[in-house]
Amino acid sequence: MTKRSTWALPYAIFLVLFVALPLILIILYAFQDGSGNFTFGNFTKFFTDTDAIETFALSLEVAIENTALCILLGYPAAWILANKNLNRSAVTIVLFIMPMWINALMRTLATAELFHMLGVQLGKGTLLVGMVYDYLPFMIYPIYNILNRMDKSYAEAAQDLGATPWQVFWKVQVPLSMPGVVSGIMMVFMPTVSTFAISEFLTNNKIKLFGTIIQENINSSMWNYGAALSLVMLIIIGITSLLQDNKKDVSGGIV
Amino acid sequence: MKRFFAQCYIWILLIVLYAPIVFIAVFSFTESKVLGNWTGFSTKLYSNLFTGNMQGTGSLMHAIENTVIIALIAATVSTILGTIAAIGIHNMRGRAKQAIAFMNNIPMLNPDIITGVSLFLLFVFLHISQGYVTVVLAHITFCTPYVVLSVLPKLTQMNPNIYEAALDLGATPFQALKKVLIPMLKPGMISGFILAFTMSLDDFAVTFFTRGTIGLDTLSTYIYTDARKGGLTPELRPMITIMFLGILLLLIVINMRKIRNTNNAVK
Repeated sequence: MTKRSTWALPYAIFLVLFVALPLILIILYAFQDGSGNFTFGNFTKFFTDTDAIETFALSLEVAIENTALCILLGYPAAWILANKNLNRSAVTIVLFIMPMWINALMRTLATAELFHMLGVQLGKGTLLVGMVYDYLPFMIYPIYNILNRMDKSYAEAAQDLGATPWQVFWKVQVPLSMPGVVSGIMMVFMPTVSTFAISEFLTNNKIKLFGTIIQENINSSMWNYGAALSLVMLIIIGITSLLQDNKKDVSGGIV
Repeated sequence: MKRFFAQCYIWILLIVLYAPIVFIAVFSFTESKVLGNWTGFSTKLYSNLFTGNMQGTGSLMHAIENTVIIALIAATVSTILGTIAAIGIHNMRGRAKQAIAFMNNIPMLNPDIITGVSLFLLFVFLHISQGYVTVVLAHITFCTPYVVLSVLPKLTQMNPNIYEAALDLGATPFQALKKVLIPMLKPGMISGFILAFTMSLDDFAVTFFTRGTIGLDTLSTYIYTDARKGGLTPELRPMITIMFLGILLLLIVINMRKIRNTNNAVK
């Protein structure tokens, strides 16, 4: 170990203070009542509150539906974009990536205003459509990336060995592109399940998602209950990231 | 034929995706307060935006200013902190390296709202009053991991002997750093800076939880409060349009250059 490894020390301290400690505080606050005594009360409150449970279930449902829609619409798009025979223009790729660079609130607001002008009743339908608007680029980009970098000789080899184009697609290209789909799922599912402002805009406050409840509790100084709800969300996120770790090859990550 | 259908699919998707933004852009050229109500062509909203001649724009201009300043500070600090950290991590081995790599991934995997709530609790716990400083600290927290991840690959690609050679030839460690290491890491640092800058510009949730109650607004929180009050300030329409066109132009230029470079490299 060289001496330069100590250069990471300031950042290590920073990470402990601003990443580890705050997460520990979520756990601490979640198991305390207002005056700092240990309690499971925040969790029993959540599990006995039908409103909160329903919101939680709805958030999961919307996130799953949104992710599924994004895969259905995004996979073909990414496939076409990465296919040199079907698309030669680089401009279309830039156009698909660009919305990722624009403030999500602005895009959502524009979508909500468009629904408003078209006279569409704001509700669950507009919520889903608006979410797909917001997150489709995040599904297309990772899939496009992996398809674009894929070694073409695999597909050619399959063809030479007598596979039909359909078989090449399903048995070679789709399995090889799975890591892209998984990171797409991460980039779509997690933000959707935790969103708060977006759902308020798209449904005119009619439908609350889980993120909104967390925000309301924190803002009305119900920190302990808010922390408990955040912990529930953290667990969901943890489960989702396990899915990624299993699928990804071992060399992933920065080490 | 197949190509035709593929192109149709792509363009239909793009048209649908871009409909809301185009709609905002079209209606930025009319004066009406309500969106979707065309009252004749006018560039009044644009001139209002630039002269600040409208009710409540003082705060809009202020919010834009805050957004840019916070993003600049956060991106600069994260680039410095992240680059130094990356050099350290690159030279680490074993458990310690894994631990720091794991911690570095957490802010990227965490949803914004969790980062926001957890930092909010930290500031409450430490009795730090929330405002400008806490927002900047929070932004540095979620920006730095991206810088670390942009710089690390450059370190792995680098031939370590070059740095050692500089030392053998009599350079002080500082000279070796300035004349050898930094120039080689520069592309990674620049892309890290740009990533950090855009992340900070785009952020809403973390700012929302860490800005306290002193009335500090960035563009995102301004839009949020504005939209909740009912109805969008008309002057936001030209602003969205300008930002959109600016980013479109920037991305097209960057990508065209990249594509031309790779084409040249192939030749």
